[in-house]
Amino acid sequence: MTDDQLATQAEISAEIATIAGTLGRGASETQPRLDYPPYRSSVLRHPTKDLHQVDPEGIELWAPAFGHRDVGALESDLTVQGRGEPIGERMVVTGRVLDGDGRPVRRQLVEIWQANAGGRYIHQRDQHPAALDPHFTGMGRCLTDDDGTYRFTTIKPGPYPWKNHRNAWRPAHIHFSLFGTEFTQRLVTQMYFPSDPLFDLDPIVQTVVDPRSRERLVAAYDHDLSQHEWSTGYRWDIVLTGTHRTPTEDETEDDA
Amino acid sequence: MSTPTPGQTVGPFFHDALPYPGDSELVPPGRADAVRLHGRVLDGAGTPVPDALVELWQADADGHVPREPGSLRRDGFTFTGWGRSATDDAGHWSFATVAPGSVSGGAPFFALTVFARGLPNRLFTRAYLPGPALGGDPLLGSLPADRRSTLVATADRQGFAFDVRLQGEGETVFLTYPRH
Ligand SMILES: [Fe+3]
Repeated sequence: MTDDQLATQAEISAEIATIAGTLGRGASETQPRLDYPPYRSSVLRHPTKDLHQVDPEGIELWAPAFGHRDVGALESDLTVQGRGEPIGERMVVTGRVLDGDGRPVRRQLVEIWQANAGGRYIHQRDQHPAALDPHFTGMGRCLTDDDGTYRFTTIKPGPYPWKNHRNAWRPAHIHFSLFGTEFTQRLVTQMYFPSDPLFDLDPIVQTVVDPRSRERLVAAYDHDLSQHEWSTGYRWDIVLTGTHRTPTEDETEDDA
Repeated sequence: MSTPTPGQTVGPFFHDALPYPGDSELVPPGRADAVRLHGRVLDGAGTPVPDALVELWQADADGHVPREPGSLRRDGFTFTGWGRSATDDAGHWSFATVAPGSVSGGAPFFALTVFARGLPNRLFTRAYLPGPALGGDPLLGSLPADRRSTLVATADRQGFAFDVRLQGEGETVFLTYPRH
């Protein structure tokens, strides 16, 4: 498809508005719609049959374990991975990973990836004409602590264009990958920044049709996290789905 | 009860961040008891999906649930039960692993998570080992016959093959769990 054949933003926005109107009054949807035509590449990639509900069993009641042999202490600072300072707004992003009952998810892996300050990924398939930053890979990992807290130091990513439709721009975001204490809790999502003017225009954000659920994807600026002469700070808590396994005595003790 | 954070697509740019050396080798491929679990991810037109990621989580050969760290930096000896495999340009993913044993008497299966550009949220499924144990499985028993087969891996020369069909004819049964 040539760029001329792409839908306009007005056409995409009209589709987004029509779908938003299908959310019943008072209805809530916590997760994105899999079938969301304004996000064009989802058209052939979403299941058409309902997800089949099953009680988790065996291996599904557990999650893989990660430890300090997996993740180095420096991997949570995306600003020290090159030989010099990356360009852009240095910031701390921190928050807690909680399960569906509000309990901290402890000592579990968090992975992030993002564009640089100019909205460019180091990924080979990102060829839009913005500068690569030789001092920024945009990838990080950490383990949550005993309170479920994760913490990254990074650079505020820029918005970037994509070819969903003509003049399509993604709001600035950081991709997050999370594990819980069970297989069923696996989550990959994106964190956004407050008051981004691109939210309403972006069909990926809008796959989450319920506006209250979309708000859960937006971090809060936290001035107490900002550091004098050094960095700004954002806070974003992540809640995974509920667990099913009856905690063993060990784990209960752990939780005390 | 807290409300869960919504998922979002893994997008097209995960390849430098999520895959890592040895990610798909739960055991060294040359080991005597190593098997291959592999397949394609296909879209609704039957076209292979080159920007998908499959994660595997499984019991060991004796049906024990692994509790050991080390999946990201493998030592070649510890079985951690977890791995990931990005699809290649032909939509193909592949793991070197062992056949899982039965956990608490259930039919043995590989638990899989599927991510892709164009897929707004992750999908869960199971790849059961083919065999007589499947008769008594409650999930398989609850499905019509034509859909049941989408959850059963096929034995091949090196191990097991399992295609993930996101949509359309032979669409894989994807799972949701209570409290989702
Ligand atoms: Fe992105």
